[in-house]
Amino acid sequence: MAKLYEYQGKGLLQKGGISIPKGGIAKTKEEAKKIAEEIGGPVFVKAQAWVTGRTEAGGVKCARNPTETEKGAEEILGMDIKGFAVREVLVEEKLDIDREFYIGMIIDDIARRPTLIFSPVGGTGIEKIARKHPKQVVTFPIDITTGLRSYEARNILRKGEIRGDLQRGLSDLLVKFYRVSRKYEARSAEINPLVLTKQGGIVAADSHIVIDDYAVFRHPELGIEIAREFDRPATPLEKVAYQVEAKDHRGTFYFFQMEGEFEARSGYVGFHGAGGGGSMMSMDALLSQGFKMANYCDTSGNPSASKVYRAAKIILSQRNIDGYFASGSGVASQEQFHSARGLVKAFREATLSIPAVIRIGGNSEELAMEILHDHTKDLPGTVEAYGRDTSAVFCARRLQELVEHWDYGRKGSPKEIRGKPKPSSYHFQTLTGTLYVRQEECEICTDKPCVSSCTAGILKFDGGKPILSITPEEAKRGRCTECLACELACEFHGNKAILIDLPIPGLKEAMRMRA
Amino acid sequence: MSILIDEKMRVVIQGITGREGTVRSKLMKEYGTNVVAGVTPGRRGEVVHGIPVYDTVEEANEREGPLDVSVIFIPAALVKEAALEAIAAGVKLLVIIPDRVPLFDVLEIAKIAKEKGARFVGPNTLGLISPGKAVLGMIGGRVESARDWFKPGMVGVTSRSGGITSAISYYLGRAGVGQSTIIHVGGDAVIGTSHPDVVQLFEEDEDTKAVVMFGEIGTSQEEGVANLMEKGEFTKPLIAFIGGAAAKSGTRFSHAGAIIEGGRGTHGEKVRRLREVGAHVVEDFNEIPKVTMDVLNNL
Repeated sequence: MAKLYEYQGKGLLQKGGISIPKGGIAKTKEEAKKIAEEIGGPVFVKAQAWVTGRTEAGGVKCARNPTETEKGAEEILGMDIKGFAVREVLVEEKLDIDREFYIGMIIDDIARRPTLIFSPVGGTGIEKIARKHPKQVVTFPIDITTGLRSYEARNILRKGEIRGDLQRGLSDLLVKFYRVSRKYEARSAEINPLVLTKQGGIVAADSHIVIDDYAVFRHPELGIEIAREFDRPATPLEKVAYQVEAKDHRGTFYFFQMEGEFEARSGYVGFHGAGGGGSMMSMDALLSQGFKMANYCDTSGNPSASKVYRAAKIILSQRNIDGYFASGSGVASQEQFHSARGLVKAFREATLSIPAVIRIGGNSEELAMEILHDHTKDLPGTVEAYGRDTSAVFCARRLQELVEHWDYGRKGSPKEIRGKPKPSSYHFQTLTGTLYVRQEECEICTDKPCVSSCTAGILKFDGGKPILSITPEEAKRGRCTECLACELACEFHGNKAILIDLPIPGLKEAMRMRA
Repeated sequence: MSILIDEKMRVVIQGITGREGTVRSKLMKEYGTNVVAGVTPGRRGEVVHGIPVYDTVEEANEREGPLDVSVIFIPAALVKEAALEAIAAGVKLLVIIPDRVPLFDVLEIAKIAKEKGARFVGPNTLGLISPGKAVLGMIGGRVESARDWFKPGMVGVTSRSGGITSAISYYLGRAGVGQSTIIHVGGDAVIGTSHPDVVQLFEEDEDTKAVVMFGEIGTSQEEGVANLMEKGEFTKPLIAFIGGAAAKSGTRFSHAGAIIEGGRGTHGEKVRRLREVGAHVVEDFNEIPKVTMDVLNNL
């Protein structure tokens, strides 16, 4: 769920015709002071963070004048609230409060409808109020095709004992609020408190809006960087991972860092799950062996080999992991050799030097295990692969045994994998990368396994050298499935002439930033 | 017997010429599903694995109907249109495979489906299979595996995780316990056919003697099943496993969820509610086959 900052949410509400307090956003104490000067009166300085309980954590301060505002901003900027580093403060006029309400919108998964929530009592502790006085809280299921009608809003308010002018003002606001929620496809939205000022205005004093991850693509105007449920801004590595996901629609790839920096030999494992349920159980298995998770990752839904490769490279870029653990449900419907080839390419390029246990049960698991075992023997690290008849707990225990006896001082690199291709080499573009063939090597190749390994059937021989049998445009559109079979076949049975270059934009920079 | 799908129901595949549609139509047809037509706009006249392709669902229905089921392999952003098209053509069961379908699109599909008396499974589902009869979607992946992994029998399986749906069924089969129908209800927060809907269908199916359910934290589906058991509307033995015990609970961002849900959705609450109404909740996933066998032996 893509969370919006308070000021972003308020901006949308304002666009929708709802009043918000005068104010502005500041990244420095000087900017904060300037905003306070413009407002000219007492203000609130509010930390912008995706968490509740900011006030209790000291993230909201009242300031009587610009000098106090500057001081308040200085204290809040850089503050850590529940793991969220505060980078911005919202400086807002202090409202003259007469009364506070709560309004919210949530998706009811049982009724399969948006539901509007109204409470005539708002402010902090709304959850407790709702529990203590459930009858005070009015909920109303909204018809998705017609939206919230004005008379429906008035009925909601009537049930909350809101009458007279206030009812008219609030019903107008409820209709606008739902329109904003619907327009931006909020998965949940709330204004708390909604304030009736002593001057008679109705103003949204705070807002929490969460946009449906799956609808973020329809709202580029929101500038949401990562459409994922995060409680903190994304790390550089997570941003890199998200770009990989965004640029390859084949299967899904989710990456979440659970620990940023840690010492070597402290029990952290790079985790690579497959499928939500299977990943969760595999994670439990890892934790039960006393391991800690450096990250959570899930590649599933029949991902391309290139996507799995990029996921593995990103996982391996985390410094000081003691082991690599990949495990899914155990009985995957997808062909598992794709994932196996992706892993192998990543292990080889990163010169794996730690133990890896891969539980890759499912379709074609025998071939997948064979690929994993046969193509990693020359690496300093070790790779053990298991199929559907081996449990996640057994695999986690196996990793534990390997890690316990592993010599982490072991150095070494695999034999020269392949020469770097010259830009002048024969090449064509694939959906997300470039395939190079150093054709001069093909002249002395006797086995020529490249063309026969290409199940998509897009390679043919031209004078003993592999070339495309389709147009480069077709290859780029996805006829080359980036299954990586030709590269591995060429490396192990040919003359190491093929390289599929699958760039991961930003990965090197992300690693450097951390170092 | 089985629920939702058997070998006679007439099936159309929307998006049959796409990457997944092509591969999975082969699985379905070879397994024995009565796939009678495919639909891809502008591709009428093509044939995929012997299945004729039409431009619209309505046309497929006119030529090959009546259509009972549509399996949808369409990019997420276009799913709503495809689903509404199938409903408008009179199809009563939709299986929506893709993930990342926008939530408000799902709500719209739900509204129209309800009005027209149609049901949908998914989105974000691997599909369902009645072993020995028919498969919808991609469960099993290819026909040899689907035949090898899933055996006909008297246990119904319903799961919120795709991979686990197959895993539970395979491990049950390895222990000699076959299945009536296996269904992955879908991994999203709002789905068309949830655990409570599925167990009610299993209740009506006389060949299903017990149900195995894989639940997860979040949503209130498992609590819904417990409520049905309490009311006596689901009376067959239920073996359940709830995933996510160790999952780190997120920091709550808004209050709305808490106001509506109260304590619902947590691992502890789901286990407590299910146990309270007599379900067999197992702590260790690997115990599912054994506990299920014990339950069947005591019937």
